[in-house]
Amino acid sequence: MITFNRFTLSNGLKVLVHEDEATPMAVVNILYDVGARDEDPDKTGFAHLFEHLMFGGSVNIPQYDLPLQRVGGESNAFTSNDITNYYITLPANNIETAFWLESDRMLSLAFNTKSLETQRNVVAEEFKQRYLNQPYGDVWLKLRPLAYKTHPYKWATIGKELSHIEQASIEDVKAFFKKHYTPQNAIMVVAGDVKTSDIKRLSEKWFKNIPAGEKYNRSIAREAIQLEARRSIIEAKVPVNSIYIAFHMDDRSSPSYYICDLISDILSRGQSSRLFRKLLKEQELFSEINAYLLGSIDNGLFIVEGKPLEHVPLENAEAAIWTELKRMKDEPILDYELDKVKNKIESTMVFSEMSILDKAMNLAYFELLGDADLFNQEIEKYRRVTAEEIQETANRLFTKENSSTLLYLAKKDD
Amino acid sequence: MINRSTAPEFKDIEQVKLFEPVKENLSNGINLFIFNTDAQDLVRIEWVFNNISPKGSTPLLNMALGGMLIEGTKSLESAEIAEKVDFYGAFLQPEYSFDHTSLTLYVLNKYVDFLLPVIKDILTNSIFPEQELKTYKRNNRQSLSVSLEKNDFVARRVFNKTIFGDNRYGFSPDLVDYKTLEQEPLINLSNKQIVADNCTMFVSGKVSSEIISSIHKIFGDEWERTGEPLEDHPYIFDINPNETILIEKNNALQSAIRIGCRTVNRAHEDFSSLQLVNTILGGYFGSRLMSNIREEKGYTYGIGSGIGSLKHSAFFTIATEVGINVTQATLDEIHKEMDKLRTDLMPIDELNLVKNYMNGAFIGSLENIFSHVDKFKNVHFIGLDLHYYTRHLQKIKESTPEDVLAIANKYLNFSEMSKVIVGKI
Repeated sequence: MITFNRFTLSNGLKVLVHEDEATPMAVVNILYDVGARDEDPDKTGFAHLFEHLMFGGSVNIPQYDLPLQRVGGESNAFTSNDITNYYITLPANNIETAFWLESDRMLSLAFNTKSLETQRNVVAEEFKQRYLNQPYGDVWLKLRPLAYKTHPYKWATIGKELSHIEQASIEDVKAFFKKHYTPQNAIMVVAGDVKTSDIKRLSEKWFKNIPAGEKYNRSIAREAIQLEARRSIIEAKVPVNSIYIAFHMDDRSSPSYYICDLISDILSRGQSSRLFRKLLKEQELFSEINAYLLGSIDNGLFIVEGKPLEHVPLENAEAAIWTELKRMKDEPILDYELDKVKNKIESTMVFSEMSILDKAMNLAYFELLGDADLFNQEIEKYRRVTAEEIQETANRLFTKENSSTLLYLAKKDD
Repeated sequence: MINRSTAPEFKDIEQVKLFEPVKENLSNGINLFIFNTDAQDLVRIEWVFNNISPKGSTPLLNMALGGMLIEGTKSLESAEIAEKVDFYGAFLQPEYSFDHTSLTLYVLNKYVDFLLPVIKDILTNSIFPEQELKTYKRNNRQSLSVSLEKNDFVARRVFNKTIFGDNRYGFSPDLVDYKTLEQEPLINLSNKQIVADNCTMFVSGKVSSEIISSIHKIFGDEWERTGEPLEDHPYIFDINPNETILIEKNNALQSAIRIGCRTVNRAHEDFSSLQLVNTILGGYFGSRLMSNIREEKGYTYGIGSGIGSLKHSAFFTIATEVGINVTQATLDEIHKEMDKLRTDLMPIDELNLVKNYMNGAFIGSLENIFSHVDKFKNVHFIGLDLHYYTRHLQKIKESTPEDVLAIANKYLNFSEMSKVIVGKI
């Protein structure tokens, strides 16, 4: 259970405060409601590139990191297909420095061309390091467009291709800032050794005068229902074959999200899970096997991926995965196994409450979904899932028509 | 109007007091360190064993011991162990590091009693079943074959081998090494290493008196010492590794670079000062390497340096992945930045900033009770106590630009370091 207080400034900025005296630190987490799904199809990778630029100096403060490090703080950020999330950790008695820095970059960036040039290079190197220069690194560049035909989830946050990043101009940067980086498009969570009354005073002092900006209304059409199996085979210079199967599932706020999450746990969480037990240990077909959700806000993907052992023909490996998925569809799960995955969820939730940063990020994310208190209701939602729901959802999910399969074939050296 | 151009007033960072554990002795001599705090209803329990290497044995045996500790006992199959751990929502992690092999259990308080007997069985009756060993070998070989395609992974292996040579610190398994792994030597090693005589325990979280008495009973009264001496071969580092190794990868888009050397460990009086110098050079986002090579030149997504303190040695390393066309330029810039620390007195502003950053990072690293245990283990296993941190923080506070210059001259000599490049130059 995470307690919090909440208030909204006149410009629309939502502020949540979680008081935790057990730590001398404080976290300031600001979530901007913008991700790769909000990008223009011809300018992909922009939300993420923009995240880098947010550290390149703001209108009144030439350098972002220096003053923060000077007061003992650290900062970082991440971009997903849905959100861009910035966070600062610092000794609580220096929290005003975080307000000063964050409010200035919400007010306006410096729009420095040198910073844009450098960060284009840095992101290009990131693209190479994480997606191109790694075995299987480009899987999401291939699997996303296979599974999504219209929804912007069809590109990865890094972007479709390097050229989109290389072409980003300072005008693009300014327009993106104006459109998305407004107080009403942001949620700020302050957690740690702080008092709500102080945070209220500081929020008003530093953020209240930032113009509200224009409201951005997202309108992204739902991905059409997939009607036939999709398949793509890549011959690549990878050491072993690899299988990825993506199934369409509902959105983050749907009750079936919890059902799908438990199904993925039954299949692959922990060493007693089904895929690990059956396919890796007993039938000796795979060296690695996993099932997980991408966890996106709009209609998401349920992924099963595995690396078959060298001597195992791909079709046998693939068939074995389907056999286990069919078992989920045909046989109701026993209480024991369902309790087991629910117990794991419960302890994971308790452990996540040991970190103020995790707590702050969770509050911000669930506030975006509608209400930060939804986080506290999560455990109950998992608890309520029944064996019938699991079977029913498995039947809906695990069909060939709903699947997109990507196979990597290891190209042997001649 | 508020003044947005000037930073708010800076307040001194108050240091937190480190958690002093309660130490108890189990009746078989095991030291138990208790970190009890009134927070979430959960505990972390750790069993830590010093690594030993009987004569003629390969370090791969130590790795496999860690990797296979929970794969079956005389009475429980691997599947049964996994089932119990998962059912009680617990996490059980065996871990191998250069100096220790440990088993860590994370569990909600209400389930502790169900799992302690399982752990006891694992520590005293593991048999490393043939079938599981086969799986272990097969899967590790396959994942190694994937890792060997990653330049950064290869650079780290070659680097360790280059600076440490032929011993546990320098060792990384090759694909063929797995062929030599057998059950019998594993059982023998386990019988010598995973014993009460060689165990230290840490329990942290909401530690009730019931948990403590269960531990006393199960891991003290009911666990006999073997009385055998613990063998370990001496560590000899007789190599002088100032060489440059280039491993060419024709299709590489980036080169992975590792530069570094052996250095002094935490027990040495210069260690804190060296950590300060390391932070200035490459230990935080605003470091000289990051500012120059990422933020100024855009050669890389990230570059950093670090110090690893081990029981018998330590290492300093710089690691990055950079575009192939700027590989040589990056090496030159690293060289320049190191030399600059040795020749130019650093600005006092920058030094103060790094000191504050380190102070903040130190208390920030004490996020919860588990991090207090980790801080304690860092000093305990090298023969120090928590006073080390008081001295450490004092040393950082008192350091002057002259000190930084002197330490850089003593420990950061580019020409004497090993340089490993995997990619293209």
